[in-house]
Amino acid sequence: MADVELHNIVKTYNKGEVKAVNDVSFSVNEGELFGLIGADGAGKTSIFRILTTLLLPDSGNASVSGFDVIKDYKNIRSSVGYMPGKFSLYQDLSVEENLNFFASVFNTSVKENYDLIKDIYVQIEPFKDRRAGKLSGGMKQKLALCCALIHRPKVLFLDEPTTGVDTVSRKEFWEMLKRLKQQGITILVSTPYMDEATLCERIALIQNGKILSIDTPDEIVKQFPENLFAVKANDMSKLLNDLRKNNEIKTCNAFGEFHHITFQNDNENSHNELIHILQKANHQNIELKHITPSIEDCFIKLMN
Amino acid sequence: MTNETVIKTDKLTKRFGDFIATNEITFEVYAGEIFGFLGANGAGKTTAMKMLCGLSTPSSGNATIAGFDIYKQTEEIKKNIGYMSQKFSLYEDLTVLENIQFFGGIYGLTDKQLKAKSNQLIETLGMQNEAKKLVASLPLGWKQKLAFSVAILHEPKIVFLDEPTGGVDPIVRRQFWDLIYSAADRGITIFVTTHYMDEAEYCNRVSMMVDGVIKALDTPDNLKKQFSASSMDDVFFELARGAKRKAD
Repeated sequence: MADVELHNIVKTYNKGEVKAVNDVSFSVNEGELFGLIGADGAGKTSIFRILTTLLLPDSGNASVSGFDVIKDYKNIRSSVGYMPGKFSLYQDLSVEENLNFFASVFNTSVKENYDLIKDIYVQIEPFKDRRAGKLSGGMKQKLALCCALIHRPKVLFLDEPTTGVDTVSRKEFWEMLKRLKQQGITILVSTPYMDEATLCERIALIQNGKILSIDTPDEIVKQFPENLFAVKANDMSKLLNDLRKNNEIKTCNAFGEFHHITFQNDNENSHNELIHILQKANHQNIELKHITPSIEDCFIKLMN
Repeated sequence: MTNETVIKTDKLTKRFGDFIATNEITFEVYAGEIFGFLGANGAGKTTAMKMLCGLSTPSSGNATIAGFDIYKQTEEIKKNIGYMSQKFSLYEDLTVLENIQFFGGIYGLTDKQLKAKSNQLIETLGMQNEAKKLVASLPLGWKQKLAFSVAILHEPKIVFLDEPTGGVDPIVRRQFWDLIYSAADRGITIFVTTHYMDEAEYCNRVSMMVDGVIKALDTPDNLKKQFSASSMDDVFFELARGAKRKAD
């Protein structure tokens, strides 16, 4: 059963000049960890604000746990957890005070649902008397997650929880999400980091308010229409320029240690020919190999 | 890249009371080099960068930036560097052209230089139609490309980039690195922080800061060999997971 549903949602700003969300439809199943993957300005936050009843769509309809986002907004507000991208707790209340406050707003107590937040809360408990505004980024993020969970929501909305966070803390955060999922909570999470997409069960790739693709990460990778190759040599900057100038190369993007390329005519001849051309252009230690695309490869492909 | 040293630090340290944010860091950066300055949140990167930009006085240690002393010549340092971050870059309620002229003016460019520079920059970025639009109305990717170009408007010796590509889409992220490469080719030294580990691969050398200390510094290839890691992500994880500090 779908826990979150969107049908043809449209949201514009500046009297229709900016189409933030452009005919978006998708659904998130009960207990699913679903990722909304896209850059800043893709429309992720507008979608979150519509689903949490903080923003009215121009057209289309949406529901959360069977409640309509317009008619039943009160039911939604009392039953979902929402962690906005911007830190929105009370800066001049302490860690403990924030948590108690949010528990009381939802007519519950920290004690009643402590088991749900325990794993996360113990990490910030040593600072429970510190004002929220004085916490570090990582700790703010953990407190915000605790506050979003304190009334045991059925659906959890997390808007870019890992933006600006280092890779170690990001890995820890995703471990926390996996444990929450095991508790049966439906999670809709957004991120601009493409590598995090593979940690979701299903993902929607979104750009300029439009969904580019929705599927499991594996399926999206399988749908990549061409053979993808990774190539490297000693001088990567020169290699990038040479590859871009080569008419036999269809696409070429820098991907860290390697450049990823596709061929106009993909056959063994063209591969050998490329190596030959690169050797002639004085490239050293040339390596060319067939690879499985990443989500970022797929995203770039879909953007073009 | 040359052997001319543009940043040289010797046991550079910053204390806040009992807390040692940056602990005796010693390293050199060469002219035209792309230097990745990596570390976990709270490792002390921002504190170190503020000292290197002449904005914060060290507690002890020495450093010269573009040949200028970090204690006595902070004004000269500021004139010879550029700076951009994801958070502060341009004035949203000025137009593209006004921003270029404002920052150019601050860096002491003459009216004539400014006019030539503005035209050239707008053409390079392909922003002819946006020149008279407010910066607030531009997509993030364009803002970041513009902010970088403005930060190097006065052809500084060094440009400091603090997470310049956070949140931008994968294509713009790559276009941004094209701009970095071309600035480095012109001899501008790039000092950059990022949370994208594929971008660490684009650096000539990378330093890894953990708990205020530089734990490793080498080319990406050598770091991977040193830590028997298959990617920079693994190198980072290996070094940073033992970190005691979890601040920002």
